[in-house]
Parts: sequence; structure tokens; C-alpha cells
Amino acid sequence: MSADTDPTAESANASGDVADAASVEELRAQVEALRSELSDLRSAVDADGGDDTRRMTIIATKGTLDMAYPPLILASTAAAFGWDVVVFHTFWGLDILHEERSKKLKLSAVGNPSMPMPNAVASLPFMDDAATWYMNKKIADNGTATIDELIETSLDMGVDLQACQMTIDLMDYDEDEFRDGVTVGVGAATALQHMADADVQLFV
Amino acid sequence: MSTEYDVTETLDVKGLSCPMPVVQTKQAVDELDADDVLEVVATDSGSVSDLSGWADSTAGVELLGQEEGEAGGEAVYRHYVRVTE
Repeated sequence: MSADTDPTAESANASGDVADAASVEELRAQVEALRSELSDLRSAVDADGGDDTRRMTIIATKGTLDMAYPPLILASTAAAFGWDVVVFHTFWGLDILHEERSKKLKLSAVGNPSMPMPNAVASLPFMDDAATWYMNKKIADNGTATIDELIETSLDMGVDLQACQMTIDLMDYDEDEFRDGVTVGVGAATALQHMADADVQLFV
Repeated sequence: MSTEYDVTETLDVKGLSCPMPVVQTKQAVDELDADDVLEVVATDSGSVSDLSGWADSTAGVELLGQEEGEAGGEAVYRHYVRVTE
């Protein structure tokens, strides 16, 4: 087949040029659209502060001596990294911030397979007190900071320690019973708002 | 003890364990000016990794060096942190 004498091929070429021109126009328009989208995004990022401060949100739900440590250790360390940190305390986690109860956090001897005694023995009266006494002794011997020191340090370094209002009411606590510097009057929406923008979110 | 660094201030965190060496280092650094050098003296063996990790990902500080020694039969770790801004 000889193409040079085929009139249909000629016309196909001509319409091909038209199609190319049209798609170049289309691409130009798309590039323009992307450019303006990019510049919108840039200004949105700038309006956001444009800084690279990392954020961490921890939800603290437990009020035993051992479970009070991880949120506070991570929170104070993250603050030392210059991160923006919120710890949202709810249910038994509130005890960590409670003026009186935070001084009496206990370790449970029951239901912990790492305890060097069977549950039947661990459930005897005062076994929680004994386990707590032993743990506190180990903490002191090891030079581990106390819960009290960690809370003070965290607050000093700008960590936002929040006490969930719904559970304050549920547990019959009063806002005044919490340590100075603790944020009260906050709920799930406040916690979520910070979590949505956080780089690290933890549930303890 | 002689050191190759021109130390502005020394922070003694001997006997303290995680997270206090890092936390107190940060608090001490905040009180210093640019180009000051903080010497941190710790007994926590975890402080070697923790302080270098902290310095790596924290703006405004630079870890100049870390030394391991001994004092009174106990391992002592010295960290030298320069304030960069």
C-alpha cells in the first residue's frame, strides 16, 4: 500500500494536527489549574504557621502507678524535643492529675503474670499495698523520677495536661481537686482536634 | 577533669534515670546563649543514646561529643552540647 497517493491518509494527518493543537491547549489549561492549586496550598501551609513543630497527643486512661509513667515520661521527653504535647486524661487516668489521689497511685498485685506470686496469694488483703511499697522503693533506688516530679516537670515545660470534664463529673470529682496548671472543662472534641493535627497519637 | 571543649556550664544528673537527663539538659540549654557549651554528667547508661537522639532531632543544639569514664567505681557518661541559636 502506498501512502503518498492515499487521500484519506492526508485528511487524517490534517485532523491529527488540529487534535494536537487542541490537546496542547488543554494541557496548558491543566498546568495553569495545577499552578493555581499549588499556590493555594502554599498559602494554606503558610497560614498554618508553616512551622515544622511536631505534635503529640496521648490519651491516658489508667490510674495505676505503673500505667501513670509512660504518658508522663513520653510527654516530658517530647517537650524536651520542643514538641507541642497534649495529654488528655480520662476515666482512671484522671487520678494522675488529682491533687490527693495522685500521691496514692497503686500497683495491682492481681492479674499481673509478672508478679512473683500466684493470683490466689496476690488477692489477699494489703497485697496491693505491699506491691506498691516495693515498686516505690525500686523507683527511689533506681533514681527514677516520681509521678509528682514528672507532672511538675511536664507542666513547667509547657505540656498541656487536660482533665476530661465528662469523667470528672462521672467520677464525682471537683475541678478544684486537680493540680494547678491542669486544663479542665475539655471534652472529646478538644482531644480530637489536637489529635487530627498530631504526628503522634497514643492511647494508654 | 580536662576536656577539649570550652565548657560554659556543667549539669550534674548523676543518679537520675530516663527521662530526666534529657529533660534537664533541655531546661539547662534554654538558659544558655548561642555558642555556649553545656557539659552533662550522667550515670544513666541510656543517656548516651537518648542525648544523641535528642540532639539529632532538636533545633538549636549540636552534640559535640560523648565520653565514657569512671568515677568512684561507677560508669560516668559526659555529654557536650553546644547551643547553636
